[in-house]
Parts: sequence; C-alpha cells; structure tokens
Amino acid sequence: MTMRTALLLFAVMGFLSATSTAPCRAVDVDPEVLAVEAARVTVMAEARSKTVAIFPPEGNGGGSGVLITADGYALSNFHVVKGSEKHMKCGLSDGRSYDAVVVGIDPVGDVALIKLFGRTDFPVAEMADSDLVRVGDWVFASGNPFLLAHDFKPTVSYGIVSGIHRYQYPAGTLLEYADCIQTDAAINPGNSGGPLFNAEGKLIGINGRGSFEKRGRVNVGVGYAISINQIKHFLGGLKSGRIVDHATLGARVASDEDGRVIVADVLDDSDAWRRGLRIGDEIVQFGGRQVRTVNAFKNVLGIFPQGFRVPMSFRTKGVTHHTAVRLQGVHNLEELLAKTQGKAEPEKGLPPAPKRKPGEDGPEAPPKDDKMPEDKDSGKPKFRTPFGADDSKAEPETPEIVKKSFEEKRGYANFHFNQLERERVWRALSTRLPALTGTGTWTIEGEQASGGSAAAKTAATLVLDDGRVEYRLPTGTASLPLGGSLTGATDPQGSGGMLAALSLWRRLLTQGPEKFGDLHYEGAFPLPGLPGEFDVLLGRQGGVVCRFFIHPQYGDLVSVEATVDDALDPCELYFSDFREAGGRWLPRRIEVRHGDDVYTVIAPNTWKFQEAGK
Amino acid sequence: MRQSIRTAGIVAAAMFVALQLPTLRAAELQPIIRSAQPKIVKIYGAGGYRGLEAYQSGFLFSAEGHVLTAWSYVLDTDYITVTLNDGRKFEEAKLLGADPRLDLAVLKIEAADLPHFDLAEKAVAQPGTRVLAFSNLYGVAVGDEEASVLHGIVSVVTKLNARRGAFATPYEGPAYVLDAMTNNPGSAGGALVDYHGRLLGMLGKELRHTQSNIWLNFAIPTAELRQTAEAIRDGKYVRKAPDEQAAKLSDPQNLDLLGITLVPDVLQRTPPYVDAVAPGSSAALAGVRPDDLVLFVNNRITQSCEMVRKELELVHRVDPVKATLLRGQELLEVTLQAPPRTTTQPAGAKLPQ
Repeated sequence: MTMRTALLLFAVMGFLSATSTAPCRAVDVDPEVLAVEAARVTVMAEARSKTVAIFPPEGNGGGSGVLITADGYALSNFHVVKGSEKHMKCGLSDGRSYDAVVVGIDPVGDVALIKLFGRTDFPVAEMADSDLVRVGDWVFASGNPFLLAHDFKPTVSYGIVSGIHRYQYPAGTLLEYADCIQTDAAINPGNSGGPLFNAEGKLIGINGRGSFEKRGRVNVGVGYAISINQIKHFLGGLKSGRIVDHATLGARVASDEDGRVIVADVLDDSDAWRRGLRIGDEIVQFGGRQVRTVNAFKNVLGIFPQGFRVPMSFRTKGVTHHTAVRLQGVHNLEELLAKTQGKAEPEKGLPPAPKRKPGEDGPEAPPKDDKMPEDKDSGKPKFRTPFGADDSKAEPETPEIVKKSFEEKRGYANFHFNQLERERVWRALSTRLPALTGTGTWTIEGEQASGGSAAAKTAATLVLDDGRVEYRLPTGTASLPLGGSLTGATDPQGSGGMLAALSLWRRLLTQGPEKFGDLHYEGAFPLPGLPGEFDVLLGRQGGVVCRFFIHPQYGDLVSVEATVDDALDPCELYFSDFREAGGRWLPRRIEVRHGDDVYTVIAPNTWKFQEAGK
Repeated sequence: MRQSIRTAGIVAAAMFVALQLPTLRAAELQPIIRSAQPKIVKIYGAGGYRGLEAYQSGFLFSAEGHVLTAWSYVLDTDYITVTLNDGRKFEEAKLLGADPRLDLAVLKIEAADLPHFDLAEKAVAQPGTRVLAFSNLYGVAVGDEEASVLHGIVSVVTKLNARRGAFATPYEGPAYVLDAMTNNPGSAGGALVDYHGRLLGMLGKELRHTQSNIWLNFAIPTAELRQTAEAIRDGKYVRKAPDEQAAKLSDPQNLDLLGITLVPDVLQRTPPYVDAVAPGSSAALAGVRPDDLVLFVNNRITQSCEMVRKELELVHRVDPVKATLLRGQELLEVTLQAPPRTTTQPAGAKLPQ
C-alpha cells in the first residue's frame, strides 16, 4: 500500500508542478490532496479491522474473509473453507486469533459463511448497495494475499472498478461468477474470500477469482468479486447452515438476430410454464432488470437462490405479461453433495453451457483457464502459516467451542446453525401467537368474498382440529379429514388445497417445530407484493411440502404455502391486518391464492381456541 | 491503540473529509470513461485454438467507421466481426491495410456518425502521467457490455529495442511503458487515454522478456501511428486493388524469375512461406531463406500464396520488387530484381535495406 501511495503521491506532485523532475525536492502539496490521502488512510485502517485472515488448523493454505455481524459471522469463499472441514483459525488486525466454524456454504456461487467465536463486539463491515457501483469507482481489496499475514494484519491493494455485470463461466461445473464486479486492484492467491470495499470503506463484494492464464498464478490486473447484493439474497440460506443451491428458470434462452432474448425451451413442470411462458416468447425483464443478452439473463439468474420468486416480464404474440416466477434448483441434493465434495458428478439435469458465437454472446469457448486463486492446492509453493506444523501429521485438536457449535447432517454444512435459526424464528412466532400449542378445536367465524370481490360477501366459518378441517359456507361445507396423506388434497376445488394448507398452519402452531415432523429453517425469501424478505420454515408433512413465511422483525406468520400436487401451483394463504386479542396477534384478513388467481378472501371476526387439555 | 490526542484530531479531521472527498475522486474518472467507451470496439476473427484467442480490441478514429487495431493473426480471415460499444455488430469488416512494422491495422465498417478518437489531437504522455486503458481483455465483454478499464501511470517513455532480443516484437519505435496490467490476452488494439479523455496510444500485444519472463505492459504513442493509419484510411497507403487495374501487364514479374518457390498451395489460403530459394537468384543474393513468411509485396498485405502471385502480376518485369519477410520474430525487407531478358546472367540483387 505504501509504495502505491507513494507512487500516486509522486504522480500528483508531477501533476502539480509540471517541471518537477527531482523526486527528492520538497514540494508544497495542495492541502486538499493531503486531505484526500489522509481520508483514504483512515478509511483503509478502519476497513482492515474488519478483514479476516483465515487459516485451516492443519497449517496449509488459507485465505481471507470479512466480518458482517458483531457476534462474529464472516463471509468468505467456499473454495477457501473447502477442505477445512468445519474448524478454522481466523486472525484479525488486532493481532489475535479466533476459532471459527463453518456455518453455511454456496458451492455454486463460491460463498461461505463462517462464525468466529470469542467476542460479541467484532468490528463489522457495512454492506453497500452494489447495484450502485460504477466503472471507474475507486475501490480497494483487503486480505491475506500469498498468506503474508502472519501477524494477521491484512494487505490492502488499491484500484478501480474495471467492469460491472460481468459473467464468468463456471470453473468446472461449480464456482459460477454471475453479475460480478471486475477490478484492477490486485487480487492474488490468498485474497480469496476477502472484501472489496468502495472508497467509503463499505463492502461491495467478496474477491474470489482472477483471470490467470499463462502468467502464473499472480494478479494480471483482472480480479472478480462476487457482488454483495447477490450474497444478500443468499445470506438467509447460508445462516440456515445448509448447502444452498442456485436457481434455474426451468427454461433455456437464446438470443436471436435482433438481439432479443428468446425462450428456446421450457420445462412443462416448471413454474415458468405455469405462468404462461412458452417457446418463442421474448423475455423483456427479469429480476427487475432489462434483459437484452443471454449474458444479462444469466447474470440475473445467478444472483438468486433456489426458491426465490422474481418478477419477470415476457412478450408472447405481441402481448407483454408481468408475473412473478418461482425459481427451481439447479441440482438435486445428490449432485450438490457430489460437487461440494469435489467428486466426479453426473451432468444430468444441468443445461449444457451454450456455445457462444463470436461477437454475439462472447468468445468462442469459455475461458477454460480462468481459475480462482485456489490457495491450498498441492504442487504450488506452500506457504507456511502461523499455525503451521507442516511436518506434523497429528490431527489438530478441535476446540470445545467448535465441537459444541457443529453438527453434521446430510445436506447441511453445519446443522447446528439450522437448529439455532429455527429456534429463533419459532420464538418470534410464539411471542406473537402465545399459548396455541396443545389447543384443541379452533373455530373461526367471519365473512368471505369469493375471488376477492367485495360484492358477494357471505358468512363463513372455519373449524379446525386434529381430525378434520371444515370450511362452512351458506351454500355448503367443504371438509378434509386428517390423519392420512395430504397428497392430492386440492379441496375446495380451485383453491389448490386450501384445507390442507390450513391444517398445516394449525399443525405448526399447535404442535410446535419439534413435533410438527420434518421442519427446518430454509432461509430468507421474498413474497410477491410485499417488501423485504421473510424467514421461512420449510416442512414436509403428509407428503406435502409447506413453507411458513414469518416476518423477520415482528414475528407474524404472514403466509403459508402448501404444494399438494407437484404438477400444480401451490395454495397460498396470506395473513394480514393483525390485531391483538387476548395476548395474541390474529389476522383480520386471510387471502387464499392459487396460481395467478385469488380464490377467496376470508375476514375473521371471532376466534375461539379450545384450551389445552379440555 | 496508542494514539496521541493530536493524532486522533488529525484522524477525526480526515474522517470528516472522508465523507466527501473520496466521492469527488471517484467522480472524476466517470466522464472520461463515458466519453471513451463508445469509441472502443470488440474485434472477433481467426484463432480460437489453444493459446490463440480469437478476439482483440480496437477503437474508432473516424465517424465513418475506421477502426485502428493491432495487426495480428486475428485479422487473418475474411470474416472479421466488429462489435460496437452499443452492441451493434458488423460482420465482414474490411481490412483496409496494415503495417507490420508498427503492428497496426485499419478496419472499416459501414456506419456513419460514430463517436471516435482524433488522431490529430497530439496528446502526449510523460513518465508519471495518469492513464486509463480500455480493452476487451480476456474477451470478458460481449454484445453491448462495456470494455474493461484499468488505471495506472506511464512509467517511462522508451524504445522497446525489440530486435536486440529481450522483447520479441517487430515494433522498434518509442513506447509508453505502463505501471498497469494493461497488456492481457485480447487487449491488443485497445486505447490508452489520459485524464482528459484524449487518446495517447494503442495498447500493444502481449510481450514477454525472453530472459526474465517479465510481461511488458506498453502502448504505442499516437504520434507513431497517425501517419500510417491516416494514409490507410485515406487510401494513400496502398495502391488500387488488383481487379481495378486497367489492363494486365504484358510482361509481369513472377516467383520463378525472382528465384523463390513457395510452399505447395494446398489450402484455401496457404500462408506464403518460402519453400526453397534458387541458388544464384535475386532472392538468394538478397538473403531470402526457406521458412521466411512473405508478409508484404510492395507494401501490400499478402495473406496467401495466391495473393503473392497476384501482386507480382502487377509489377513490370523490369521493376524492383520490395518484399517484407517475417523470420521468427524478426522483420526483414528485401528488394528483388528479375534478371533482364537480354542476358542469361542473374542481375545483381540489391542488398537488404
């Protein structure tokens, strides 16, 4: 840093006095220039304190990271923590080392969330809105290049943003960098996982990849950072301790001669198909962005996790449709696990990487030699780390705190954190709806308006208990007996399974997360038409997958989604207009949606819960 | 933290400044970038094999679509594609001309009212001048995606001394050596711009020091390129194309007269490598050797054996022929003379210039 600063200062000096050729001569530097420099020094010093030097305990390799919460959550690259198993040693610029454990991983996006132990007041990097990053912005990377940080003090390299919305093909079949930020700040092996800061010291990305070709594994002025906005979408999933997956639309797109993005193929069991997307349609907007090239489409797709619903506009036969489409996973669990463990995996289910035509979608072939600065491979010069006992074959001892904070489970990087998050969400939920566990029959009376139209209001009653769900209207009663499988229980007709969804809603609230059955914390997901993201508990009960959306601040259960038939749209219940009654916050409005339609809106007036044990 | 109160005061002052000034600094580059990006083009052509990228960079220097770029194998095809910054794509861009000594080529696309650099602007850089480099390095940008921008300073203005060995390039003139990683795969032909947005030069090819393996980042100053580029643009650099010749010469040159046998012409476009040289011929006396590649005949590009033959048909038997040869990384120029008809003795060939 100091050399670069000196150079810049020298350049500035030359700028100020054009005749200056004697580098040693004292020059009156414009106070503004000195102030800018001082400001930069301050910003960098501040930012360095949030930078983490990561070393696996066995002493080979390592990388970088950045703290994002005061209780020690930090971001890094998947390829940095891969191989560390669960435990790592982290150093901060205060010169101290902290034990850390892996929390969640995104192997496709090359992101990992870890947690450092030992403090509750870790310095925290503030996340910027990386969509506001512009080419030419001054930025700096902070990290542990070449694992130099034996004193844990990070290196800073300075540069500009060289490109935005860059798409980098997967290295192998993983580590796809979509919509990433390109910088000429030096990114070297060991910088992986470290932060890219803007000039104000706010976090805009995680450095993880460089274009390395014939010049050896050093910076060539072309580094790539995963945008922090992408990571924000995945953060809930990472905190869930899961191995999170990226998404596919269930459709393949190509660009035509007029530079439009056209659907070349669409799976008929995808949500995109059910939203009306067909072969030959033009995709106009996706995820809130104009889409004019296949790269632009892939850029948007790459920033969302499996299960997100994103806005999409498409044109079919001259008519533009606006919808929100559910993204499905790219991999099944087997494939994801195989990839995560670096085994050879079958390619089925993965759409082939499109061949790009020159001048149209990119270079002839994906840049195969693009490699991330993988910091721990053999064959390369080994860097001794502060924890290095290169010759010691002994298994490094796992600290107690790490042992206590790690639980192995299939599909999870660390199941312990899923339990923590599920507990947190359930606690919030049961504060808003206390003492419902163990209750007997629920009787909810009110009005309903079919299709949401206010004109035809009628009385409506819901009766729910362990044995049945009933929906009573003046015209008749729909009933679903419980106890068996809920698969295919789409009653009442046109609702997509309203009775089944209501039964699962009650089951969660009366049984609690432990007794519900298979229920885990899935992450944070958006809901169409509502701001922000919601904590999602995902359960499987009676052969039906259901998602419970809980408000991250208030703890209100705002939506239940139940898929009773995989070929159909789920039934969605939306709860709103919460009022307090007897210590419980109960909704005055329940909207039932199926596909693009509102099936009915129920406005409850009275709630009766048969108390536990009666 | 062992900070005196005074230091803390300075830090506090600096933090106050930090609220505004970094933004000011950041803003200063964007107008330059915005003005330069529409002038940068992506070029796609031959290559695509291992280690040979099928793409490079270029920039517009006329409103009518003249593109300055690096002379390279990428252009060695009839199908050169130029993609403008706004995504407009021009297939079959025309190669107007090239000068291998300057490593430059000029392409033409059919368009009008294009934003462009002015070669006559005469901006020059000194050591320490802050610069931005625009190129499509690694082919990372496609369609309407913008070229990459790197920042740095000019380290030194010097001659590359290519022929003396260290950096193997035919270009021998002055160069801006840059403290920035500008010369990457696909960067050649990109634009070097100063902080006023003025063109300083064209990014050169990738060059590696033969002994130290150090990669050189450099650009060729505009002043070195301007005359040739404009001559090619204005049609003064090359003579008329063969098919526009009024009449066929009655007594033209040919390879046999000069003593050159090219490799068998078996491809659609066989590179014109010398296969054999007749002893005692003009070519032999001028030092032509087997495996030399004939790049130019009388300053016109000869990309195939066929083109060499056609060029010779345009030269009277009595006139000298100037040939530019590539031997390894070295460029040679020779002047050849067919023997006069009246004598059986081979004419004394002129020595290489």
